[in-house]
Amino acid sequence: MRNVLHFKRLDEASGDTVELTFEGEPVTARAGETVAAALLAAGHISGRQTPVSGSPRGPYCMMGACFDCLVEIDGEANRQGCMTQVRDGMVVRRMTGARDVDRGSAA
Amino acid sequence: MADSAYAVIGGGLVGMAIAWGLANRGKQVTVFDEGDRGFRASRGNFGLVWVQSKGLNMPDYSRWSRLSAQLWPKLSEELGNVSGTDLELSQPGGIHLFLDEDEAEKAVADMEKLRAALGGDYPFEYLGHNAVKRIIPEIGPEVVGALHSPMDGHVNPLYLLRALHTGVRDAGAKVLHGPRVERITHTKDGFRIHREDGVWSADNVVLCAGLGNARLAPMIGLDAPVVPNRGQVIITERVRPFLNVPTAHVRQVGEGAVQIGDSKEAAGFDDSTSKNVIAKIAHRATRYFPLLENVRVVRTWGALRVMSPDGHPIYDKSQTCPGASLVTCHSGVTLAAAHAKVLAGWICGEDAPDYMEVFGAQRFALQKAG
Amino acid sequence: MSERFDVAIIGAGPAGLAAAGVLGQAGCSVTLLDEQAEPGGQIYRGIGSASGPRKSVLGADYAAGASLLPSLAHDSVTHIAGATVWEVTPERDIYYSQAGKASGLKAEHVLVATGATERPMPFPGWTLPGVMTAGAGQILLKTAGMLPPSPCVLAGSGPLLFLIAAQYLAAGFKIDAIVETTPRGNLAKALPHLPGALLNNKYLRKGLAMLASLRKAGIPHYKASTSLVAEGDGQVEALKFTSGGKPHRLACASLLIHNGVVPNVQISRSLNLDHAWDSLQHCWHPVTDASGATSLAGFRVAGDGGGIAGAEAAAHGGRLAALAILEDLGKITGGERQARSSDDSAALKWHGRARPFLDALYAPAREFLEPADSTIVCRCEEVTAGKIREFVDLGCLGPNQAKSFGRAGMGPCQGRYCGLTVSSVIAAKLGKEMDEVGYYRIRPPLKPITLRELASMDLDDDADERPAA
Ligand SMILES: Cc1cc2nc3c(=O)[nH]c(=O)nc-3n(C[C@H](O)[C@H](O)[C@H](O)COP(=O)(O)OP(=O)(O)OC[C@H]3O[C@@H](n4cnc5c(N)ncnc54)[C@H](O)[C@@H]3O)c2cc1C
Ligand SMILES: Cc1cc2nc3c(=O)[nH]c(=O)nc-3n(C[C@H](O)[C@H](O)[C@H](O)COP(=O)(O)OP(=O)(O)OC[C@H]3O[C@@H](n4cnc5c(N)ncnc54)[C@H](O)[C@@H]3O)c2cc1C
Ligand code: FES
Repeated sequence: MRNVLHFKRLDEASGDTVELTFEGEPVTARAGETVAAALLAAGHISGRQTPVSGSPRGPYCMMGACFDCLVEIDGEANRQGCMTQVRDGMVVRRMTGARDVDRGSAA
Repeated sequence: MADSAYAVIGGGLVGMAIAWGLANRGKQVTVFDEGDRGFRASRGNFGLVWVQSKGLNMPDYSRWSRLSAQLWPKLSEELGNVSGTDLELSQPGGIHLFLDEDEAEKAVADMEKLRAALGGDYPFEYLGHNAVKRIIPEIGPEVVGALHSPMDGHVNPLYLLRALHTGVRDAGAKVLHGPRVERITHTKDGFRIHREDGVWSADNVVLCAGLGNARLAPMIGLDAPVVPNRGQVIITERVRPFLNVPTAHVRQVGEGAVQIGDSKEAAGFDDSTSKNVIAKIAHRATRYFPLLENVRVVRTWGALRVMSPDGHPIYDKSQTCPGASLVTCHSGVTLAAAHAKVLAGWICGEDAPDYMEVFGAQRFALQKAG
Repeated sequence: MSERFDVAIIGAGPAGLAAAGVLGQAGCSVTLLDEQAEPGGQIYRGIGSASGPRKSVLGADYAAGASLLPSLAHDSVTHIAGATVWEVTPERDIYYSQAGKASGLKAEHVLVATGATERPMPFPGWTLPGVMTAGAGQILLKTAGMLPPSPCVLAGSGPLLFLIAAQYLAAGFKIDAIVETTPRGNLAKALPHLPGALLNNKYLRKGLAMLASLRKAGIPHYKASTSLVAEGDGQVEALKFTSGGKPHRLACASLLIHNGVVPNVQISRSLNLDHAWDSLQHCWHPVTDASGATSLAGFRVAGDGGGIAGAEAAAHGGRLAALAILEDLGKITGGERQARSSDDSAALKWHGRARPFLDALYAPAREFLEPADSTIVCRCEEVTAGKIREFVDLGCLGPNQAKSFGRAGMGPCQGRYCGLTVSSVIAAKLGKEMDEVGYYRIRPPLKPITLRELASMDLDDDADERPAA
């Protein structure tokens, strides 16, 4: 589900860019920003469906408190997108319901 | 006329199972319970309906646990109907994993002794690593083997407590939450229950106050030498189903979270957690199931078991204050069905298994003397 | 086994940074832990890296935060960024995780400076994607220079709501409406506090200037709005509400909501410190003295985590706590502490003057304290207000029994966004005070960590000591 309504960048020109993917689609982000911010700027307002009812959720607090920004990052399930800074080549995926037990860390 | 025929003191799993059993027998029941922060083992336990290894030194306790496990499907169905809640009862057999050969050998020897004492009627088997792996492919290489018993299972203990609260009300009993019962007095026309906010009368009293029993029992001619024994538990985020049999220390609950237990510690009335113990429990779980390493822990907690000197239940009737009885035990989840279906009847004079008297508190005096 | 410090400060906002400055200057060994990648806390998010234009959009108050950063330059101050503290024990052992690795340290003194979170604002539809807190909108502006998609509606109450609207305006972005939920009766209740507030009218002047700029820009402002409902299929599409006796429906692609801020009490609650209910600010705060000392020796709280007073007050509070710690450590005498505290004490008092008026004026609306039955109150476990009321009917006298009956507060946020609501729904239904009803028992970890991280804390190799079956 791709949203056409993007968050817009104020200082569009400045900053180094970083390339990542979300559900296989390329996303261009700014170095230093968080995964949640990058996804919002790319129009991905929801990054997960809850394990309770399957309803869609997206970042709510952006300060690490609500856990509604959870996504899978580089194979690691349920990472807080708003607390994780983007890195070049990052592979980000949607969380659909409960995680698999063996979606492990890439480390 | 007294305010109620039966006053049940304590609204944990024990008190509510007894109250439900009494109310379903047409008795007029009032339950007295504390408020939000009382010590409540019923809120912090591991949810096993477990028979294996129970009663190694008291075969009648093993019989009693097994009887309860057999009565559980009926309890679950009835409570499910009144409360509209699925208690998530599942009794596919239970597994006790071992990481250490010696420990496994000793456990098997104990179980064989118990089987002999029970005349051979005690189903279990020891499985080596490969046999365990066929049942639970996710075990780690360090698992040496496991005890498997078809008698075991698990349930959602929180939904059990909630369903009992619904069921008890539905059966017409009253539940009075509030300040703790301070005193119980016995007069020629029955009992008086004293709380900060009032006094109630009752023809009979059943003490089911968990750790509170120790203080209340002597007031009505009973003895409840129970002490707190702390258990620490870990719960993780929800994961997709991966473990469909309960093990003694790791189980997957209905919502998908993985519950990991537990410790046994004498820590007085301190129900907090301690880092060393929690870390050890976590470490052990990753040795059982290495793939749990990346799963996130959402919460840890400590809860206090209600422990008698030999770990077995105490069921007793007062000699000096007729109409007063005591029900307390360590495995109140497992025994909930026996409590509701059999013990509540014993309290009001129905027939019960002939071994009931072994659970009396006088055994502690005898043990001391011997 | 673990590293030892004179002082551990949790939180690198104005309170924590100011304290680190005082302690570092005195040569104390200080570790400053914060889960954010950069120092600054909530108000000064991204202060070290924000561009010139971004700073000018955010205003002078924001830019002033840069003056706190030199605190980190002292040799004896270690700033551990990206460190999420997940357990603090009464023995002052602190456990944290950084990049997926758990570590522990021990400190003689602990200063909890973990700030505030936004008060829960439950109403139908508040869980839809595209509905965010106003603070989240502001964080996106501060750290990523981002503006929300239009049409954008701001809804709720409190100074921060207007601040973010004004900051957007300065960025050349005009939001489409402000739907203010401040109840009509609040002004009358606030007026008795006005004379006090006039003794420090800085906040009032700023507020009035902000409101004037929003009015001048022609942003529609709906007052005393009630019955909020966010609608949308998979994401927010509109906000419905009633204002001026009429129903309204505003289409929106983003909905930023705000209902004031409340102390983040996760650490102080997990330590079972004494807390008091503040009926004016509608929140709990740990009970402290003027130097932030709590009911447990060795623990102090400073900044908004001890009670909402704002960023400048937080810095003063941080310094006062640091001076008291210096005295406890024997680095300064009581007399020296008093002399050095007087400016900060006076300033703190001055900042406090405007508070009662603002708190009364922006007291949250009932609709969000006691939401309708069908409204989700626990976002994580999707438990509704109606369920909580059912549990009260089943005998629950407080949030802990309600939690065990229905899972509210059992999710990964650990009750951060439902705790206040669940307690207030129960209190209202029972006709009791919040103090009688109480709050969730907070247990470690304060934030989820992997089982591997927890297991890595099993430092003792003695296999015989494994827990019993
Ligand atoms: C960590 C842990 C794991 C466990 N795992 C299992 C398991 O897997 N399977 C199993 O079968 N069992 C297990 N148990 C044991 C089980 O939880 C208990 O046996 C059971 O909950 C005991 O119930 P209770 O009602 O006797 O006690 P409690 O739950 O402690 O309840 C006592 C009640 O009495 C009330 N009370 C006390 N004093 C007074 C007073 N003066 N006036 C009024 N009310 C009073 C209290 O408020 C409370 O509500 C476990 C226990 C722990 C701690
Ligand atoms: C989202 C938001 C936006 C705000 N914007 C403004 C504003 O623009 N203007 C204004 O005047 N006020 C604002 N406030 C109010 C703000 O609380 C105070 O102004 C000020 O930031 C308080 O300073 P502090 O030092 O007490 O806490 P904070 O600045 O909040 O700093 C607390 C720090 O503690 C860290 N922390 C918390 N828990 C942990 C943990 N477990 N482990 C590690 N680190 C942790 C956080 O990451 C944070 O950096 C805002 C509040 C919020 C919640
Ligand atoms: S958006 Fe709330 S935790 Fe990330």
